[in-house]
Amino acid sequence: MIELDALTKRYGDQVVVDRLSLRVERGELVVLLGTSGCGKTTTLKMINRLVEPSDGRVLLDGADVGSLPQHELRRRIGYVFQKVGLFPHMTVFENISITPTLLDWSADRIRRRVDELLELVELDAAEMRDRRPDELSGGQQQRIGVARALAAEPTVMLLDEPFGALDPLTRDRLQQSFSRIRSQLGVTAVFVTHDLTEALLLGDRIVVMRDGHLVQEGTPHELMVNPVDEFVEQMIGTPKRQAQLVDDLLGRGTPA
Amino acid sequence: MSEQLALLPAYLTGHVQLTLVALLLGTAISVPLGIVATRVRWLEQVVLGVAGIIQTIPSLALLAIMVPLLAALQVQSIGYLPAIIGLTLYSTLPILRNTVIGIAGVDPAYTEAARGVGMTERQQLWRVELPLAMPVIVAGLRTSSVWVVGMATLSTPVGATSLGNYIFAGLQTRNYTAVMVGCVAAALLAQLLDGLVRALEQGVRLHRRAPVAAALSVLAALYLFAGVTLVRPLLAGDAARQVVVGSKGFTEQYILSEIVSGQVTAETGLGTTLIQSLGSTVAFDALRSGDLDVYVDYSGTIWATILRREATTENRSEVLGGVERELAADYGVHVVGALGFENTYALAMRSADVRALGLRRISDLIPHAARLVFGGDYEFFGRPEWVSLQERYGLAFAERRTMDPSLMYQAVAQGDVDVISAFSTDGRIAALDLTLLEDDRGAVPPYDAVLLVSDRLMREQPEVVTALQVLVGTIDADRMRAMNLSVDADGLTPRAVAEEFLAGR
Repeated sequence: MIELDALTKRYGDQVVVDRLSLRVERGELVVLLGTSGCGKTTTLKMINRLVEPSDGRVLLDGADVGSLPQHELRRRIGYVFQKVGLFPHMTVFENISITPTLLDWSADRIRRRVDELLELVELDAAEMRDRRPDELSGGQQQRIGVARALAAEPTVMLLDEPFGALDPLTRDRLQQSFSRIRSQLGVTAVFVTHDLTEALLLGDRIVVMRDGHLVQEGTPHELMVNPVDEFVEQMIGTPKRQAQLVDDLLGRGTPA
Repeated sequence: MSEQLALLPAYLTGHVQLTLVALLLGTAISVPLGIVATRVRWLEQVVLGVAGIIQTIPSLALLAIMVPLLAALQVQSIGYLPAIIGLTLYSTLPILRNTVIGIAGVDPAYTEAARGVGMTERQQLWRVELPLAMPVIVAGLRTSSVWVVGMATLSTPVGATSLGNYIFAGLQTRNYTAVMVGCVAAALLAQLLDGLVRALEQGVRLHRRAPVAAALSVLAALYLFAGVTLVRPLLAGDAARQVVVGSKGFTEQYILSEIVSGQVTAETGLGTTLIQSLGSTVAFDALRSGDLDVYVDYSGTIWATILRREATTENRSEVLGGVERELAADYGVHVVGALGFENTYALAMRSADVRALGLRRISDLIPHAARLVFGGDYEFFGRPEWVSLQERYGLAFAERRTMDPSLMYQAVAQGDVDVISAFSTDGRIAALDLTLLEDDRGAVPPYDAVLLVSDRLMREQPEVVTALQVLVGTIDADRMRAMNLSVDADGLTPRAVAEEFLAGR
């Protein structure tokens, strides 16, 4: 369970995240949704202290994350990065096994875990193990990124627009894979995206952010039925409008 | 050629000892310093600034300045120590700069990812930043290794044996085979080191075992060799204390040092170590500190550059007496005696010009000076002799040029310059058909060749001093000039000429 309590980040005079409070229940996936610059990534990074909060606190299963040394905290939380993230000088095996290695797992346990994870993210272990990141497609790289985040069996996962840079088909496949993996493992997750469809498809709950503030939180259904303002209404409505538009075009047989 | 190649093992060993150890120390200093500089912002500018300043000091000066510095600290002031310190300092900048640039240039996405997966600062450095910066750091190391191999040839004037011994002695004695052997050997060594480092880096980056193992074993063998050859003399102890004979970097000095060495061995049975091609004041400083036991200097040089006297009209015996008294009293250096000849600064011209202009004395030159170009060695225009020549004769040359003493004679013979500040015993004066002008107004002080010995030798090995006394008064100017000519024109080695001299007495 993750609890954000009046979490605030200031850079000089600029307030990037403003007194944000939020509760993520065990096994739940909460999406932080908003346009770029709204503070959603900063919020995510304050959870594992890649960014130190200016004010407020983060509780992980009731304990303040500030009480642990940073590196120990981060070894307990899986993190999937937006773009690169995989280390180019390491093989797939080495990339996935980083956190278990830092935790001094036995070589045997690490080997079994890597094979298990490669299978989980639907990649062929024998074929992939010794490859380097630059020999992989974007989709494969991000599957490895997810595998790496899960390597040390974390109960919490943070994802920063993990599928944002992928083509739509690959993104769709990865979203489905991820959805399956999450329900299989039951991890608690915070997922940052600006992709509304992705938010609606993956999120148990969605938190809409704007200018560092929490605008509204709720299930996709709640937001759709009961948007607090026009901003949320427009935002949530967009995928539906687009879907209808596409449907109409196809229904008419020929585009106008 | 074959006698030059016979020197290769000793010179190459010296060169390998210098370059490999300097690069190891340079890397050991620069990489950690570079890492710290990327962590502590203000340090970056300071560190790079200091390294940059060291780099702008001309390399020869950087090495030479170590001699008086070390002498002041009362440690070994000539030989391996000053050379290794200078070379190490010089090697730092490329490695340091590339370490800073390499680490600063790592994509922040990777360092954030490193933190994100739970690495400590140290793990982040070792597992992510250094591996990713490695190609850049290695490029710096390669630059450095080529620089250091080249600069190590300049260790010769501070008394460290290197391939520079070929080059300095070869240029002076007009032995271009020696110069070539030295240059080619240095170039090959630079290529070898560069190739090894490159093979190592590529092998590591591409995870190829074989080239890494091969490069590592060659490097390990080289370091083992350097280490063993460096340590062995230290372990031998000084049971058989060798007499250390020095020489400055010109033909006459090479011959005289060989004569001194041969004489000492013949009379006392003691072994000698020759340290040749030393810088002019380096030799005196080394004698004073006891790193050198004996060498030949010139009374006028000591008079002007050590005792800081103005050029005078005092006669030979007065200057000699003054030098002897003051060196013993204030410097702990002893004059054994004068060898019997003067090697003075003299103005030399092409004999054809001298005849055409009807010259004999320097004062005859006054009306013609405005049409003539004057060439002097590096120190000449800063010396009291030049001032005194100006004062006594008022010579106003059309132009004056500073050049290497080894090239000066060739330059006047070819007509690039018209008058040079020659050394009066130089064999090339006769060989290149040059004529000396008489110093009729006594502007240049006497330059008697004198045997100087250290206080240590005087106290601990008086039998050596006795052996040296035999040489006093045995070499006149004609004899010296003839011996110089044998080396400069006939291509004999200084040792051969010295052996002939000792055998003939």
